[in-house]
Amino acid sequence: MIPTLTIAKRELRGYFASPVAFVFIVIFLLLSGFFTFMLARFFENGQANLNAFFTWHPWLYLFLVPAVGMRMWSEERRLGTIELLLTMPVTPWQAIVGKFLASWVVVAVAVLLTFPIVITVNFLGEPDNGIILAGYVGSILMAGAYLAISAMTSAMTRNQVVSFILAVVISLFLILAGYPPVTSLLTSWAPTWLVEGVAAFSVMTHFESIQKGVLDSRDVIYFFSVIAFSLFTTSVIIRAHRAG
Amino acid sequence: MIQVQNLRKEFGPKVAVNGVSFTVEKGEVLGFLGPNGAGKSTSMRMITGFIPPTEGSIKVGTYDMLENPIPAKRLIGYLPENAPSYPDMTVSGFLGFCAEMRGLSGDAKKRAVNRVLEMCFLENVKHQSVETLSKGYRHRTCFAQSIIHDPEVLILDEPTDGLDPNQKHEVRSLIKKMGETKAIIFSTHILEEVEAVCSRAIIIDRGTIVANGTPRDLKMRSSQAGAITVKLVDGDSAAVKAKIASVQGVDEVSVISERPLTLRAFPKKNTGSDDVARAIAELAFKERLPLQGLHVEEGRLDEVFRSITLPDNKEATK
Repeated sequence: MIPTLTIAKRELRGYFASPVAFVFIVIFLLLSGFFTFMLARFFENGQANLNAFFTWHPWLYLFLVPAVGMRMWSEERRLGTIELLLTMPVTPWQAIVGKFLASWVVVAVAVLLTFPIVITVNFLGEPDNGIILAGYVGSILMAGAYLAISAMTSAMTRNQVVSFILAVVISLFLILAGYPPVTSLLTSWAPTWLVEGVAAFSVMTHFESIQKGVLDSRDVIYFFSVIAFSLFTTSVIIRAHRAG
Repeated sequence: MIQVQNLRKEFGPKVAVNGVSFTVEKGEVLGFLGPNGAGKSTSMRMITGFIPPTEGSIKVGTYDMLENPIPAKRLIGYLPENAPSYPDMTVSGFLGFCAEMRGLSGDAKKRAVNRVLEMCFLENVKHQSVETLSKGYRHRTCFAQSIIHDPEVLILDEPTDGLDPNQKHEVRSLIKKMGETKAIIFSTHILEEVEAVCSRAIIIDRGTIVANGTPRDLKMRSSQAGAITVKLVDGDSAAVKAKIASVQGVDEVSVISERPLTLRAFPKKNTGSDDVARAIAELAFKERLPLQGLHVEEGRLDEVFRSITLPDNKEATK
């Protein structure tokens, strides 16, 4: 436990010592503001909810989250510090979790810094704050799933660009599998069970379900299983890489 | 402290390390020698638990590295090849992180960091970030990391690589001093270093150990070991050569240089070099030869190294 926290602390310092964390937070806030107010017309809707704000998150994260996670392991491999890290008295699993948690904190900080919009909507109307809370939980869980995927792709290569592109592609697949325009295309020829089966793998399906204000255990389990599976695959990749 | 048995590592079809076995006790400094790509770094990576061996066993202290890696790793300090470190951290930040990873905190951590900052002469750069440092400082920062928890076992992959002569000297004396109480393995290309620091040396070539002994033992395997070099102020080379050749126990004499006149006498097999040296000294005294120097060759490590690891001479030394 202690090594995990030590690693997480070092990683967090690393994120804030380099511009990565700040660039991410600023760009995320700017873009989410732009999408919410300019494209989704938050004010013109006249509704006391944050749907206009949360709808964009799967797409925003698609590019921004892999940018945070792409260096997680590829940088260690490029610098050779992975040799230092894994010859210290830690298990690879502790290192993987520590690094993942640190990056998750960075993204969570960015998401939580959008709090002014919660204040605004409460000031203007009387929203259901439970739904808003569920939206935030769902959004952070989804970011965690993307991050775990980025961790996995960054373990595959010492090149951050390759790691970024792979993460984006996998995340895009997880979005599109449940994206209504894609699923409706599938329903025209595929049996319903197949379409629903594929959609069940999608972050969209589960994120939207949480958006409705119901923290269904199935959705929470879905996000945690994506995280667990990706981090487990990360450990397999790292072990395979060490075994030569 | 370290017991390595039948270590073997395959990378696909390539066998990097093949059947390496040795032990290192406390108070020993083991030098790891060998040409590039001989399997030195791979062996060290396996001993430190970074890569698993294809076959074989590694025991550090009482712990098996493969079955019980965490307590085994706790005993080891490791300086990897090229001395990696996190470039965005400051020197003291990096060392503090490594100390915490080794289970030190609070005052103990602060003391440990200050101790290695002083030992490795890093005090004046402790607030600088690693990426702004020169290679020598970076190298020493990583070296400092390896001794931060005062480990019983120290594994150093080319600890003096990229250092200037003064720093090399400092690191060598540090290793020698620590070798009195720790078990140390270090690899190097520099043969004087082995003579200066090691209590034992292993030469590894193409994945297997080709020589194992004290630097003195290894030097004895040199073709010149035991030969007696005679130096005279002047004299007729042919006449002196004939005189020395007549001394009992001398097998062969060759002239190395004319001025100053230097000859080398090789003793017959089963004849002690010291006896022959004494006989030559008596001859010189009797004949009033203008003797300038007389000594028994210890042999040269670089010659042994070359003869063992060059493929053509493989059989020559046997």
